[in-house]
This record gives sequence, structure tokens and C-alpha cells, in this order.
Amino acid sequence: MKFLRTITLAFKNIRTNKLRSSLTMLGLIIGISSVIILVGIGTGTSRDITSKVSSLGTNILTVSVNTDKALKLDDMNKIAQLPGVELAAPFINVNATVSKGTTTAGMVSVVGIDENYLGIRNYTLSTGRSISFIDVDNKSKVCVIGTEVSQSLFNNTNPVGQILKIAGDNYTVIGLLQAQGSSMGTNADSTVLLPITTAKYISGSSDIKTLFIKANNESSVNFAKLATENYLRTTLDASSDNMRVTTQQSMLDTMQSIQNTLILLLAGIASISLIVGGIGVMNVMLVSVTERTKEIGVRKSLGAKRSDILVQFLIEALVLCLFGGTLGILAGIGLGTAANAFGYTFAYSLNVVALAFGFAVLVGLVFGIFPAYRASCLNPIDALRQD
Amino acid sequence: MISMKEVSKTYLMGDTEVKALDKVNFSVEKGEFVAIVGPSGSGKSTLMNMLGCLDVPDSGEYFLDGIDINNSSDRELARIRNHKIGFVFQNFNLLSKLNALENVEVPLMYKGMSAKQSRKLAYEYLEKVGLKDREKHTPKELSGGQQQRVAIARALACNPQIILADEPTGALDQKTGQEIIAMLKELNQNGQTIILITHDTHIAQQVNRQVNIIDGQISDEPRWNH
Ligand SMILES: Nc1ncnc2c1ncn2[C@@H]1O[C@H](COP(=O)(O)OP(=O)(O)OP(=O)(O)O)[C@@H](O)[C@H]1O
Ligand SMILES: [Mg+2]
Repeated sequence: MKFLRTITLAFKNIRTNKLRSSLTMLGLIIGISSVIILVGIGTGTSRDITSKVSSLGTNILTVSVNTDKALKLDDMNKIAQLPGVELAAPFINVNATVSKGTTTAGMVSVVGIDENYLGIRNYTLSTGRSISFIDVDNKSKVCVIGTEVSQSLFNNTNPVGQILKIAGDNYTVIGLLQAQGSSMGTNADSTVLLPITTAKYISGSSDIKTLFIKANNESSVNFAKLATENYLRTTLDASSDNMRVTTQQSMLDTMQSIQNTLILLLAGIASISLIVGGIGVMNVMLVSVTERTKEIGVRKSLGAKRSDILVQFLIEALVLCLFGGTLGILAGIGLGTAANAFGYTFAYSLNVVALAFGFAVLVGLVFGIFPAYRASCLNPIDALRQD
Repeated sequence: MISMKEVSKTYLMGDTEVKALDKVNFSVEKGEFVAIVGPSGSGKSTLMNMLGCLDVPDSGEYFLDGIDINNSSDRELARIRNHKIGFVFQNFNLLSKLNALENVEVPLMYKGMSAKQSRKLAYEYLEKVGLKDREKHTPKELSGGQQQRVAIARALACNPQIILADEPTGALDQKTGQEIIAMLKELNQNGQTIILITHDTHIAQQVNRQVNIIDGQISDEPRWNH
């Protein structure tokens, strides 16, 4: 009962000093909400990237070489025969403009691929058909386009069967990719896919520098990696300097560790503002103790024990922090959700909210205990004599 | 009930020692109404604070209700102040944020009484001092005399063995002061032990025992039967 009345009293005291209390709470609100926002955006972005990377499949390997000898199309079949490897697909980037009539599609990457590529990258078509080995063999002037390209050139009408111009030549659109979003530096939605033979013709070079490999399953990834590296060493004289075989898992791991560091850093920065908020609480509580020395003396003369006074001031600090903390959490979630509208990915977990709340309580305890202790130690007669 | 032997208290003011209490022997029996008189700075308040366990003597013995105060812990002293002593101060010392009823409830809360019970009891005491219609008023909204009556209700709330009143009429006009004294006298007639500090010899003469204190030394007057 005493406890309940102490809380009521704490609210009373906080209310009598409205401005002071709100300013103190503002410090906490800023601290707590920035923890939630920064960590939320950090984890949101991280989760976003992770889900995109893992949607590619954890049994995918990316190979890039920069050797004097180049990979040829024939090598694809040989690599596909390697132990642990299921499929291998080449990938070459071509510099070319894509247009239709007078409209030019901006920021489009034109890419040469073969019939295995879509399967490896888990791309699906919304209409039409994919590039087949016949297209590759025949150097057909056909293409599969992403949604953004389709939108800018065909205005939401079905692009399949229509003609567009790539590097001055006419190409028939045979398929439309489903919207994928961007991942690993390539945005499938703004891509135009051509048979690799046709792409080579446009670019004038037959070098294949990048390829995607699909391992039989997740457990054979490392095996496939070793076999591929070995193959590249023997056929291209490649060394670890000019060859890189990356597994999705290693990529994920690297990214995750970078992101974790980043989140930790953000949380650290936000925590500093929380500590500053805590110091504000301590300051206000110290002032409050000084102002209320007489009250403490009167209470002691009426039989308040040290612990009674300690608890009274501690609860006041706690109420301040809990109040500020709750508002901070609400502000954090509110602003974070608003940030979503501006293209950030904000994710809050109950864990972070609980942690922030716990932190608010901790701040209240840590920064409230000293003033409260000081109040409790006042000699009743000295306290009473104060005006 | 109260027994002090050779109690001394010295304050250091710069280099000079002030003997606020000098080997004071003092005892009070149950049911007495004692007035302590003496010039300003003679040590009356010091004695009162000592009696009320707000302060501890430098030397000497103090027994209250058989308890050795010198050897009591902080916690025990707080309990004694709560259970056995009721203070009435010159400047009332009510808590300004609380209303009259809540002020009377404070010592009951520290006693550990439930909210419901303490509310009821506090109300009874307010009624006793004639302020039942002022329960919701804060100290600011009460006259000096009314505030002192709330303070008396608060002092009585825990049913203390002894009431210590340090110049309770000092901040009041003659008439209101006399009302407060009358109230204390009535309490005494019902068996309440009271120690009263006053400058007013007229008031001191109305009670059954007067104690003079000069320069920290006590000279007991013969008992005055009223
Ligand atoms: N905290 C203190 N520090 C130093 N000296 C003190 C302190 N408290 C009291 N004194 C000194 O002790 C002496 C007695 O003080 P006390 O307050 O007991 O006097 P009093 O009889 O109550 O006076 P008054 O009638 O004016 O209230 C005084 O000389 C005072 O200066
Ligand atoms: Mg005095």
C-alpha cells in the first residue's frame, strides 16, 4: 500500500514541476527512440539484404575471373560436369542502349546469358518463354526483359512479341520477368537478358568473366567450390589473385558481420544519448532532493526510515524514466514506421523494445540511486532546519 | 517515562564551543504537562530534538519508555519517532503538496497501516481537532491556526506516548495561540503526556510543571498544581 501511495506521490511531484519533468523526459525520449530507430533501421536493412541473398539459394556460387586466358562457352559444359556441380551459367555485361521508337530506357543493364541462368538465379517469368539453347545456338535476336524496362518502354501493355532496339538492332521480346527487386548489385527488374552468343556479337568480345554455378545441394557447395577453383587453375592458369569463387554463405557471413558491427555502432551512439538523458534525470533528482530537504526532515520526524526516503526518491526517478521510456518507445516506433514510407526498411522486434524499456528502468535505477541515497542519509535535524 | 542523565550537547561554531546542553538531568512521568521556558538560545530546542530522537547527545544517558536511545540504530530511532513521539512545530511543517487529510496520514503510512484504515483514522483525528470540513484543503488554503491543528492531528495520529511541541503558538496570534494551548490542555486532561516549549510565561503558568533552562542548564521549578 505504501508502495502504491509512493507512486501516486511521485506522479504528484512530477506534475508540480511540469516543465522540468518534460525536459528531463525529452532527453530520455530522444535517447530511447533513437536506439529503437537506429537499431530498427539497421536490422531492417540487414534482414532485407539477408533475405535477398538467401533467396538466391544457399547452393549458388559466383565465379569471377580476370585472367589473360578467358573462359569460353565450352567451359560451361565442362564445369557442369565437375563433381558437386549441377549447373553452370555464363554471364556477360554488355554496354548498349535499349530503346523503342523515340523512348530510351535509362539505367538498363544488358546481359548475355544461356538457358541455365534463370534456373540458377531463381528468376521466374510472368509471361512468355525463356531463352533456350536454340536461341543461344542460333544467336537469335530475342530478349527477356525486367518489369521496369517493360514499364518504361511498353507502358504496362504485354511486351511479349513486341520489338525493341538494342544497340541499333531489332530484338523481339519473348518473355517478361516477374518483379524481383534488387540483389547483390544486380537489379533484375531493369535488366534485358539476351542469348550469350548474341551478346558477344554486340560487345565484340567472347570473354566470359563471370559465371554462376549451382551446386547439387547445400552440403556440396564447398566441394563444388574446390573443384571449380581447381578447374580454373588448370585451364586458365588462374591464381587466387585473379580468381574468386564466392559462395552465398560466405557472402552472407561477411555481410552479416559488417551489418552487426554497424548495428552495434548505431546502438552505441544511441546509447550515449540515453546516458546523457540519464544524467539529466540524475541532475533533476539532485535538485529535487535539495529543494525538498525540509520535506525529508519532516518525513523523518514523522517516522520515515532511511529506506522509506530512498524508495520514495528512487520511485520518482523510475516513474520519470518509465514515462519517458514509454513515450520514447512510441516515438521510436512511430518515426521508424514513418521512415518506412521514405524507403528505409525499419524493423522493430519485441526484443529491442523490451531491451529499450529495460534500459530506461536501468537508467532510472542507476541515475536515481545516488540522489535517493543522498536524500536518505540526511540527518533529520539538519534537514528540518533547512528553509 | 522519560529519563535523561547528565546529557550534554556541544556545538562548534568556528573556534568557540557552544554548550547547548550542559549535563542536563531531566525526567517526565506519564500524564505530565511540562512547560520548558528559557531565553532564546538557551538550548530549549536542542533539548526537544534530543527528546524526540531527532538528535543524539554527545554524552549522558537517555531512556525513553525503557529504551536506551543512545544505543539504538537509525531504524529503531525512526520507529520510535513514529510510534512514541508526536511533534508539533512552531512553523507547522506540513507537507505542502498534500491536503490536510493526507498530511495526517503520513505517519500512519510509515507505521504500515493500510490506506483504507489510515484514511479513516486520519479523518477521525481531523474531526477531533475540528477540521473535518477542511480535509481536502492544502496547507496554503488553511489559516495558521488551522494548519497547527492539522499538525496536532498528525502528531496524535499514531497515538504517541508523548507530544513534543516546540513553540506551537509562536507563529500564531494571541487568540489562536490560546485555542491551541486549550486543545493541548484538553489532550493532557485525557491522559496525554505533553512537553511544551514556550516563551510565554503566561502560558507556562497554565500547566502543571514548569522547567527553566538557562545556558543549557536546567532548574526544575516545584510542581504547579493546576
Ligand atoms: N546546528 C547548530 N550548529 C551550531 N550551533 C547550534 C546549532 N543548533 C543550535 N546551536 C546553538 O545552540 C544553542 C541552543 O540553541 P537552541 O536552538 O536549542 O536554542 P533555543 O532555546 O531553542 O532558542 P529559541 O528560543 O530562540 O528557539 C544556541 O546558542 C545555538 O546557537
Ligand atoms: Mg528554539
